[in-house]
Amino acid sequence: MKICVLVKEVPDAAVQKRIDPSTGRMDRGGEKNLNPYDTHAIEAAMQIKEGGAVEVEEIVAVTMGPSSAVRALHKAVSLGADRSVHLSDDALAGSDVAATGYALAQTLKRENPDLVLLGQQSDDGECYTIGAVVAEHLSMPSLTQVIKLDLAGSELTCERQAEYGYDTVKIQTPAVISVGDAINEPRYPSLKAIMGAKKKPLDTVGTGDVEIDASKVGGDNSNAQWTSAKAPPQKAAGLIIEDEDTAETVEKIVAWLDERKLL
Amino acid sequence: MSNILVYALHYDGAINKNSLGAVSEGAKLAKELGGEAHAILVGENIPQDLAASLGEYGAAKVLTAEGPDGLGQPVVDAMAAAIGSGGYKYALFGGGLLGFEVGAGLAARLGAGVAMEITTVRAEGGELVAERPILGDSSISEIKYRSEVGIIIGRLNAFEIVKGGAGAAPVEAISYEASPQSAQATIVTRGEQRGADVDIEGANILVAGGRGLGKAEGFELCTDLAAAFGGSSAVAATRAVVDAGWYPYAGQIGQTGKTVAPKLYLAAGISGAIQHKVGMQSSENIVAINKDANAPIFEFSDLGIVGDLNKILPKLTEAIKAKKGS
Repeated sequence: MKICVLVKEVPDAAVQKRIDPSTGRMDRGGEKNLNPYDTHAIEAAMQIKEGGAVEVEEIVAVTMGPSSAVRALHKAVSLGADRSVHLSDDALAGSDVAATGYALAQTLKRENPDLVLLGQQSDDGECYTIGAVVAEHLSMPSLTQVIKLDLAGSELTCERQAEYGYDTVKIQTPAVISVGDAINEPRYPSLKAIMGAKKKPLDTVGTGDVEIDASKVGGDNSNAQWTSAKAPPQKAAGLIIEDEDTAETVEKIVAWLDERKLL
Repeated sequence: MSNILVYALHYDGAINKNSLGAVSEGAKLAKELGGEAHAILVGENIPQDLAASLGEYGAAKVLTAEGPDGLGQPVVDAMAAAIGSGGYKYALFGGGLLGFEVGAGLAARLGAGVAMEITTVRAEGGELVAERPILGDSSISEIKYRSEVGIIIGRLNAFEIVKGGAGAAPVEAISYEASPQSAQATIVTRGEQRGADVDIEGANILVAGGRGLGKAEGFELCTDLAAAFGGSSAVAATRAVVDAGWYPYAGQIGQTGKTVAPKLYLAAGISGAIQHKVGMQSSENIVAINKDANAPIFEFSDLGIVGDLNKILPKLTEAIKAKKGS
């Protein structure tokens, strides 16, 4: 079988959370990396391949994004993908989640995978929804937040936590599964894998190569128009204590609780 | 026509609270648009009176469609069929896992715009404008729709439940054609409760533990602290540690767990992801202990302690015991 893993480049969390001292605001520029949630999807693909219950011919990492997104693909390959596909086209810039899902689905159609895996959310956009959009365009069944995945022949047994507890769902492949971060503990890439990642095949495609209707993608063509951000209502900042002397810290906590009659 | 179709999730003979909020919100918005809010339920043998009861929350009509419980794609099929029959300008969902799946699938099916984690919706010039907090709630984006149908997926607990409707609503059973993909999934078990039945909803004081506890045994620190507080206190947990099997599902806060608002919420080793925040942000006092100074929880806690919970919690437990004993 062939497994495609959808990955995304996101701002590096370590950098993202830095405050720019000149403005007092988050500094979101700088380093980008593979979305950490996606590493669970790659690991899930690797475990299916290594598990031996089915024969996996290929694991292909697929992304959509600007030229810098290649780095996310290199990381994905270093974690075990055999090759990668990079959908990159200026026409795609500013696509909303529905347009992005459509574009990714068109890219996947050319690969014709038996299983599409992705992470539960991106570290930056937090839409949680791309898998359901992709599945609909591919006419495949889908499930999100899967934390246990067993494959026997063409049948997947999936477990996930939903509104009322844990659900078990059986799904026939081909399917699109978004995995929760509890599904596995992703491995670290070996130095050899990191060094070799750039040598693995990387196919860069544009909208024309995968038959994307350009009138359905890009910021202007997206059906949900996101407009400029405003600041949320200011909430009084809380008191922060750095614990240096624990006895003193605890004394402060107790005093704080006592003042609010919480003891 | 500017009608709004609202998905109502139901389970075990009751409508989901977030769906009740979404129906209430839909009714309010439809009135402003000069249309009606209709609710739709999808499931096996949906009780008529349950469907009709949504009239009390403002639904002018309730559609019911026979289909498997607990799966998203059959709901997409049913809602697409209802919307295809005309009159709907928006589809609205409360927070929750199925709402996200159905809303996104429906957007793809209809070629409609979709926005999620919406906290506020307003009518403006005959259109709806949705607001979504972004970048860890540090900023708010506005979303307008240019498609014939706009899809709005609310954040958990964003929409207030308002019981002010006209009583029982008329119920109409609809039929739809199942898509090929819907036939490829079957639910085997639904709503399995893992772990003991702990009660956290009645507690005035909650000590909640997250991944930062390091291991299942780490919960003893939380249990000891809750016991020191005494009275109406209990221990709660995040989704991550429940999935890991460290704590029972019944004690879980957030998106797919409970929503609480105790007098004191003490979060130990919890980073404060949105999915957790939505379940506890209305707590009167929030205290967070986390070793990562950059953890989002410090952005919405009243008292934040940057430090090692393994050092702080035992001493805090002793200090509270001493204080209470004095």
